Amino acid sequence: MRLIIKDLCHRYDDLVVLDGIDLTVQEGEVLAVIGPSGCGKSTLLGIAGGIVAPTSGTIAVAGEVPDGCLNPITFIFQDFALLPWRSVEDNLSLVLEHHPLSAAERRERIESGLRRMGLWDFRKALPKQLSGGMRQRVGIARALAVRPAMLLLDEPLSALDAQTRELLMEDFLSLWQRERTTALYVTHNLDEALRLADRVVVLSRRPGRLREIVTIEEPRDQRLEPSAQAHLAEVRDRLWHLIRAEAQLADREIADA
Amino acid sequence: MPDTSLPMTERSAVPSQPVRFRGGGFTVKGHRWAALLAFVVLIAVWESTNRFGLVSELFLPPPSAVASALAAMAQDGSLWQHLKASLMRIGVGWVMGTVAGMAVGFAMGIGSVARAVGVPLVSAFFPIPKIALLPLFILWFGIGEPSKFATIGFGVFFPTVIATYSAIDSVPRNLIRMAQSFGLPWASILRKIVLPGALPGILAGFRITASIALILVVAAEMIGAEYGIGAFVLTAGNLMLTDQLLAGVLVLSLLGLTIGTVLSILERRLLKWR
Ligand SMILES: Nc1ncnc2c1ncn2[C@@H]1O[C@H](COP(=O)(O)OP(=O)(O)OP(=O)(O)O)[C@@H](O)[C@H]1O
Ligand SMILES: [Mg+2]
Repeated sequence: MRLIIKDLCHRYDDLVVLDGIDLTVQEGEVLAVIGPSGCGKSTLLGIAGGIVAPTSGTIAVAGEVPDGCLNPITFIFQDFALLPWRSVEDNLSLVLEHHPLSAAERRERIESGLRRMGLWDFRKALPKQLSGGMRQRVGIARALAVRPAMLLLDEPLSALDAQTRELLMEDFLSLWQRERTTALYVTHNLDEALRLADRVVVLSRRPGRLREIVTIEEPRDQRLEPSAQAHLAEVRDRLWHLIRAEAQLADREIADA
Repeated sequence: MPDTSLPMTERSAVPSQPVRFRGGGFTVKGHRWAALLAFVVLIAVWESTNRFGLVSELFLPPPSAVASALAAMAQDGSLWQHLKASLMRIGVGWVMGTVAGMAVGFAMGIGSVARAVGVPLVSAFFPIPKIALLPLFILWFGIGEPSKFATIGFGVFFPTVIATYSAIDSVPRNLIRMAQSFGLPWASILRKIVLPGALPGILAGFRITASIALILVVAAEMIGAEYGIGAFVLTAGNLMLTDQLLAGVLVLSLLGLTIGTVLSILERRLLKWR
């Protein structure tokens, strides 16, 4: 599925957060969005997913949705957003219960989602019993259960430690290897963007404007190869160059709220 | 495995000194028997003050006298009669106040108009000592049961409203956002997210309203009732039957304890996930 954002502006009261964003997420691509803290990345994602109403501008989707898709645009959250009173399997069930599925099909979706994320043995556990990494895997399994056409990921690894982050990146890589689900991936971590994205959008500090779009030529599954390192280092330099001054300015800003 | 990553000379160059432990104290340890022992000592001291004639039995009868008064009450059936009357008033009044309070609290929790109207009203009525309204309720409903139900119900209503709507406020926004992003209908979000998410706060409110109901039932029964623990305590006091008076007080504290225990069990059952 393609997502087309046209001339998007957003204000919270007087605070201009996004200004004139034109962006298309292509079918099957992983588009990373980086930008300094508070520049409106989460807002952009919320607007793209239809849970924040933009002040002006249009959002449209085009293209096919996969078979059995229940929720074309599906979020994966930074804080996992699991219901603490529901077990792992019931957290998946939550997003299926309001759809007219047979009991067998619901079970099948839950089971395949859990098995893919290696959670089958934990299906009866409560979220509080799981590590952060496992919780986010539940969040991913929940997203897979609705067979999404597009994933919106808001810093999905930020709440995790560096090693867990590495492991989950591998999970994402294999996910995008198997089914090329279109994704908009917000992060402030350059390494995540360099490992996972096809293109990287750099936003300016607030109000977020589109500064540049950088394409990473190297195929995703070869980015750990020695031969890829020169190109990746170059892209990294370029991104850091774009973002450094902005981040520094944003860092020194005093909130006037 | 010894650390062999340093050269030999660095490993044993200077004489070593043990690091002195200085992290003691300031942690609370459990002393299981201390509380029980304190009770036993308290009761023993109380009993002996009477035995040695330090305190007149009329003003403070010994625990043994209170216990036998209680036993006598249980035997002649008056205990059950009074207890039944009080429990019925607490039950009816509390359920009325709780049902109405939760309904209004829910409306205020999810509807902005209801909140705009409700918050000032609740703030205005909440501080009224509800027992002061009993005379009014007696005028309205007569001296019988309804005026007591109304007093208790009214006293329970406002704290329930406040507990319910602030519990709904404390349901994490991100969970509601998540549910919306997966297309859950409004009613499902209410039932599957808002209600269970607010449950801890609502149950905490029950604890407060149960003790309010207990206070109000005693006060209401002291103002005008034939039966009920409050009426019994008042009568015993008027007749200077202090052993019976204290037996009534004991029944009331046991009642409070029982209600608290039931609520704890309920919380443990319903809030396992916490
Ligand atoms: N609901 C809201 N009401 C008012 N202001 C908001 C709201 N949500 C976000 N903001 C403000 O809008 C700005 C952009 O927020 P947003 O969360 O989109 O930024 P972000 O790029 O995701 O930041 P971060 O990197 O910290 O996640 C911030 O200054 C934030 O304080
Ligand atoms: Mg954000």
